[in-house]
Amino acid sequence: MTAEIVLQVFRFGFLLLLWLFIFAAFRVVRADLFGGRAGRVASVPPRAAAPGRRRGRGPRTLVVTAGPLTGTKITLGEQPILIGRADDSTLVLTDDFASSRHARLTNRGGQWYVEDLGSTNGTYLDQQRVQGPLLVAPGQPIRIGQTALELRS
Amino acid sequence: MSGPTTDPRAAAPGTVVPTRRNTELLLLGFAVLITLAAQSIVDVTITGSLRPELATFGGWFAALWAVVHLVVRRFAPYADPLLLPAVAVLSGLGLTMIHRLDLAGMQDGAEATREDAPVQLLWATIGVALFVAVVVVLRDHRLLSRFAYTLGLVGLVLLALPAVLPASISEVYGAKIWIRVAGFSIQPGEFAKICLIVFFAAYLVDKRDVLALASRRVAGLELPRGRDLGPVLAVWVVSILVLVFERDLGSSLLLFGIFVVMLYVATERASWLLIGVGLFAGGAFLAYQLFGHVRVRVDTWLDPFAYRDEGGYQLVQSLFGLGTGGLFGAGLGGGRPDQVPVAKSDFIASAIGEELGLFGLVAVIVIYLVLVERGLRTSLVVRDAFGKLLAGGLAFAVAWQLFVVLGGVTGLLPLTGLTTPFVAYGGSSLVANFGLVAILVRISDAARRPATPPPPPKQAIGEAPTEVVSS
Repeated sequence: MTAEIVLQVFRFGFLLLLWLFIFAAFRVVRADLFGGRAGRVASVPPRAAAPGRRRGRGPRTLVVTAGPLTGTKITLGEQPILIGRADDSTLVLTDDFASSRHARLTNRGGQWYVEDLGSTNGTYLDQQRVQGPLLVAPGQPIRIGQTALELRS
Repeated sequence: MSGPTTDPRAAAPGTVVPTRRNTELLLLGFAVLITLAAQSIVDVTITGSLRPELATFGGWFAALWAVVHLVVRRFAPYADPLLLPAVAVLSGLGLTMIHRLDLAGMQDGAEATREDAPVQLLWATIGVALFVAVVVVLRDHRLLSRFAYTLGLVGLVLLALPAVLPASISEVYGAKIWIRVAGFSIQPGEFAKICLIVFFAAYLVDKRDVLALASRRVAGLELPRGRDLGPVLAVWVVSILVLVFERDLGSSLLLFGIFVVMLYVATERASWLLIGVGLFAGGAFLAYQLFGHVRVRVDTWLDPFAYRDEGGYQLVQSLFGLGTGGLFGAGLGGGRPDQVPVAKSDFIASAIGEELGLFGLVAVIVIYLVLVERGLRTSLVVRDAFGKLLAGGLAFAVAWQLFVVLGGVTGLLPLTGLTTPFVAYGGSSLVANFGLVAILVRISDAARRPATPPPPPKQAIGEAPTEVVSS
């Protein structure tokens, strides 16, 4: 009789254990979905924020709004963002109209500037072809071949 | 709400991206615990006491995952925290079911059957070795794209090898998909699968613009030009050849399905899916008309009970097993899964369904789902197109293979010779799938890693230690 009870405990206990594992796994999935930053592509954050500069000012992410990489987000840090077809770019494009080192976004005192790196087909900020470094406002579209990007705060 | 390791919100925005390695360690520990619990339940239920080798097994199994975890911590610190725990639970459950079927074989005692569970543990060890090798050697998944054409060729050769070899070496139960040398038998198709996915990914990244943009609109569908059908036709021909010369519906279906879906992912054109389904339907119909072995499979699928004394016996036993299991199963060690022929490799899913019931089988499927979801998520997050397609292809391969196997076991699809990844008995399948997960881990590390590695701390030249150069 006790043996029978033990078997039943085993039977349901093990199923419970399996589902507990799944529950634990789903908690991790949920943390990634709603927890904010974990799943996103993040660049290295400022190691020690310069005194006097407040966080939260200026754009925080670079979002791809059109093209094959639509939806990709890059969290902005201090490092410049390289865009192009070269493998070591921050954002690797596979667009025949993009050059291997196409454009660069640089942070100057919390503001972002876009710069064309001598690409063949050009980089456009709001219809205007980028010649020298141009200040990018949040929401202003940057277009490279079929890809469009914008900064968001 | 949640521990500091599992909650990314604990990290203030702007600080270091969490690596989640501690979450992984916790879940791996849970997975080993589940495996040990399952093993103990099987032993107590069947023999009434724990077997003395259980300690060795537990130590070995835990050590395998400890090694995997440490290697990932060192070489792929930002890898996804759920991939490995899912694999650990699945392989632990597989080892348990194989051990359970070993015990059943010994109890029948008609002939002294050899124990397969220790062999499978050995294969898992080799799989872990391959995992470690891939993670350590392959520091960037984009390196794979350089060898894509070589790997494609290797994949084709591996796929074709059993067809060319004499039947005495390559044929088991009618399917010519083996290479049996000196007591070892390997299924090269499992390795070919991975090589070909790498090749498909690199090829489609190159050609997807042509395949996606040059099209005509016919009846609301974007149809590709005739000459762009070349690649899909080539893969179709190869998979039909596999079906004809190796008599293996599984590999054929797997290969073609993966290519069509990767084509769809690369081009975002639904017409490729329709073309793929159409081509396969046509090929399958022809094969049904022309080849006896295909007809047998289809006939037993349509009405297994009519053939229960011949080709349908396995499937009928499997269905009875699943029915006996019911909702909650007979309990580990409480059923008779050994009534199904070749339960350890082809029909391990029905053994799980009989002993753990619908709830247990669904739990196993959900664990696969977690694995696949993490793969697809990696594909979404990673920043290069090759990595996206590769991760998507690998994740889909696991899902597709599971679908085909479970479909076969439950009578939804014709039976195939594919194995349940990580669970079923079979060295090649286990080792190859460990390699597959290693590539996924590598890509997920690249996906979650911060965009630029932190610059090395600057050291004043006066403080730098003197380097001794020996020659």
